[in-house]
Amino acid sequence: MSDLGELERFLRTDPRDLGCAEAMAVLHVYVELVAAGQDAAGRYPGIAAHLAACGPCDEDFTGLLLAATGD
Amino acid sequence: MDARRLDEESSAWLRRLSAGGRERREAERELHARLVRIAVAEVRRRQSGTPVTGPELDDVAHQAADDAMVAILAKLAGFRGESRFMTWAYRFVILEVSSKLGRHYWRAPAVALDAAQWERMPERFGLDPAGHAEAAAVLAEVRRVVDQDLTDHQRRVFIAIVVDGIPLDALAARLGMPRNALYKVVFDARRKIRRALAANGYMDEPGLERR
Repeated sequence: MSDLGELERFLRTDPRDLGCAEAMAVLHVYVELVAAGQDAAGRYPGIAAHLAACGPCDEDFTGLLLAATGD
Repeated sequence: MDARRLDEESSAWLRRLSAGGRERREAERELHARLVRIAVAEVRRRQSGTPVTGPELDDVAHQAADDAMVAILAKLAGFRGESRFMTWAYRFVILEVSSKLGRHYWRAPAVALDAAQWERMPERFGLDPAGHAEAAAVLAEVRRVVDQDLTDHQRRVFIAIVVDGIPLDALAARLGMPRNALYKVVFDARRKIRRALAANGYMDEPGLERR
């Protein structure tokens, strides 16, 4: 306990982070790249940075990935 | 995207949903059934984080599927084939589930808006201020920056989401703001707090900070 790591990580902002709106606009494309085993984060670094920092959008990503791959 | 580049299944969906009469009705019924199935699975996956339970959870799923269906049909012409049609369509229902569960949070909120439960902040970040002077000092500095340096709006949003742990979508529903706008408020607050902590020697250089 009392490793500042988690707080430090939370406070660190990434300039590539595109925000929720842009991430959600291409979430279907990103999900299919991930599902196909392609380098989604390399192709869309701003989306990857956002999903790493935004819990709700990452939850949507997980839900859509499960939906798309379970279909 | 050129429709000829669509995969076969996506092309078939577009054709059937753009047709008239019975073919279209059947396609709509089939699509709706799929949306309901995805929505039900999604609300169940998220049920630990919502006060909604039992049959009401299924109601939320059906409402999400209904609203997603309306949005999909309205935006059909905007589908450009960047993904399979069904992945594009499922995005609508997943986002509807998020939005609806956010609104339902306030039926039995775990914490009231503006509760400002600073005493729970250490637990959220795995800190032990009682046993570690550094953690106590950092937390005190975070609170000072929040109190003194953030704007009123930044402070309210930061406290609600970070200190009190209110879900972003729940706060968005309560304040009538899009998720993206609230995320940006918290993003700016995080940057401001980290810069202050770095300036006062509590953390290393901010690093990747400019946006």
